[in-house]
Amino acid sequence: METNFTSDTQSAIRVTNLSKHFDDFVAADDINFEVSAGEIFGFLGPNGAGKSTTIKMLCGLIKPTTGYAFVGGYNVEQKPEKVKEIIGYMSQKFSLYEDLSVEENINFFGGVYGLRDQHLIERKKWILKMAELMGREKTLTRDLAGGWKQRLAIGCAILHKPKIVFLDEPTAGVDPISRRNFWDLIYSLAEDGITIFVTTHYLDEAEHCHRIGLIMNGKIKAIGSPTLLKNNLRAFEIYEVHCNQPIEAMELLTQQSWVKETSMFGMAIHISTSSGIERRQTIKQTLESSGIQINRIDLITPSLEDVFIHYTTESVGSG
Amino acid sequence: MSLSFNILPIVQKEFRQIRRDVRGLLLLLLMPAFLLIMVGYALNFDVKHISLGICNEDKSQASTRFIESFKHSEYFNISKYIDNRRDIDELLEEGKILAAIIIPNDFSDKIYSGREGVVQIIIDGANANTAATALGHIKSAVQNYSTKILTHELTKQGIIFTIPVNPQARLWYNPELKSSRFLIPGLFGMILMLVAVVSTSLSIVREKEQGTMEQIMVSPLKSHEIIIGKTIPYLLISLIATTFVLIMSAVMFDVKIEGSIFLFYLATILFLLGALGQGLLISTFAKTQSVAFIVSVLSSLLPTFLLSGFIFPVKNMPWLLQVITHIIPAKYYLVAVRSVMVKGVEITAFWEQLVFLLIFCSLILGISTARMHKDISR
Repeated sequence: METNFTSDTQSAIRVTNLSKHFDDFVAADDINFEVSAGEIFGFLGPNGAGKSTTIKMLCGLIKPTTGYAFVGGYNVEQKPEKVKEIIGYMSQKFSLYEDLSVEENINFFGGVYGLRDQHLIERKKWILKMAELMGREKTLTRDLAGGWKQRLAIGCAILHKPKIVFLDEPTAGVDPISRRNFWDLIYSLAEDGITIFVTTHYLDEAEHCHRIGLIMNGKIKAIGSPTLLKNNLRAFEIYEVHCNQPIEAMELLTQQSWVKETSMFGMAIHISTSSGIERRQTIKQTLESSGIQINRIDLITPSLEDVFIHYTTESVGSG
Repeated sequence: MSLSFNILPIVQKEFRQIRRDVRGLLLLLLMPAFLLIMVGYALNFDVKHISLGICNEDKSQASTRFIESFKHSEYFNISKYIDNRRDIDELLEEGKILAAIIIPNDFSDKIYSGREGVVQIIIDGANANTAATALGHIKSAVQNYSTKILTHELTKQGIIFTIPVNPQARLWYNPELKSSRFLIPGLFGMILMLVAVVSTSLSIVREKEQGTMEQIMVSPLKSHEIIIGKTIPYLLISLIATTFVLIMSAVMFDVKIEGSIFLFYLATILFLLGALGQGLLISTFAKTQSVAFIVSVLSSLLPTFLLSGFIFPVKNMPWLLQVITHIIPAKYYLVAVRSVMVKGVEITAFWEQLVFLLIFCSLILGISTARMHKDISR
């Protein structure tokens, strides 16, 4: 039976019933999804949701407890050597050798992937340019600032022109400008047909992805394009309330039977209610009867943050 | 793709990292020689210059001659002439003397009247080993003196007397019975093992901590290629350290290789490969450098020190410990190195030891390769 599943040419990544248990702890729970070639797929979830565990299973770093994953058409458990040749991976820590220079790091990872001579020289030139490290070849990696370190790490991960790139929280601890540059690079890679699988807990970054998988407590809660996920919340109407006592107002509103969810967005409150009925007047009355002054109430289109909070509170409620 | 092609980047990288960490490199190279000198001087089982206290109550010509026999010997130092035998207690307690000899006032009377002269010997037995050796030296000195008197008396009476049995001992391999000759090969084992195990386990666990190990694991490199690439540099450095230790032991302790240098290095390489394998194995369990360090030190020092026959002969151990000694590579290395260094014998005398070392290093390298293959998840 198993042999039927050794190759799959349909999608870049296909994950079926993938689970990982660490003793009693379930890090990934029956995960299913597909990523097509050239797609930027974002894995969004809070810390400890199972993002890194999943990415490690896809790279063959850890074995799944049950289920299987195909990467580039190969079953990761059965043909790890094939998978390793076509993937690039960057871990959360930008794993470079801090005591080696920029060039020595590139040479090492190039050597590991079997790049030689002219080929290596070409790729080295490309990476130095991409990472804006021309002229700093001899600098020790530990002396580089976060943004450069991150770009060098990506450079080393895609040195061998992998078809599929796994990036585990690639922008953690990187300044906003470097993050923007990073996403420009991701887009240009995707344009070249490279599949990008990226984990993040930044919602604004998730907006950049073609599709998102929302993962919580090891389970996939929702999957689809950012627009689709937001549209899914259309079953709700979301109001943004600005008032003088937001905390008291939120407590009060949470107790109302027609309120589904409440959350704080800076000084404003987001209230989601079931759709179809205009609630502005009701909100106004409820708050004003308790002496809270309202500055503004708007009906808004949900953001990814609303989506995120919707699924977070849902999973808290069910768990 | 050929094997050497794949391990080259790792070997190169490892050398670069080692070279960049000058302090670590010096530690790797010089620590063994330093340890050898330190332990070599500290661990000295030679019992010489025993400090004697002599309480001569007889004060006769005979007793003076008896005392003479303890002078001019490298085994004894007469550090105190005691007037009152009650003072002996205090001197022994304070450690000013190791042994006291009491010559009672009837000593010469008894000898000259043909009775048995008695001397009393009191020894500080706190260190049983030293005490036993000291007692042996004192007894043989007394024996010599008695024999001398006996022959003298008999000759006076016109009887030609020869001692019936005269042992003619020749000590082979270590004529001066220096304990350093016996101990240094063991020290070699202990020191080299310590350095090799600690350095390899730390080098891999460091990569695990930094996350670079993960980066290597997702690359197409195979586990055995990673392990060979990691082992070669540390093997070479350990061999250089070995050479320093060898030079030091010749200069400081006059212990040189009596036999073939080639055989010495052959045994050392096999032993080191096992030690490197042990370091690799530890690194597959340990998650932090501090854990790796402690486990490496304990697992290399304790068995090598206690169970290899380095100091305590295996034959005197309880049978269970004797069984355990069979899996201690240092035991085989010790026999091999003692054979090559001290005895200077040919390979035919100790080839089994080399076979055991070969089995041990292949086994442990195999196990660590298999373990590295498995999950490296945190």
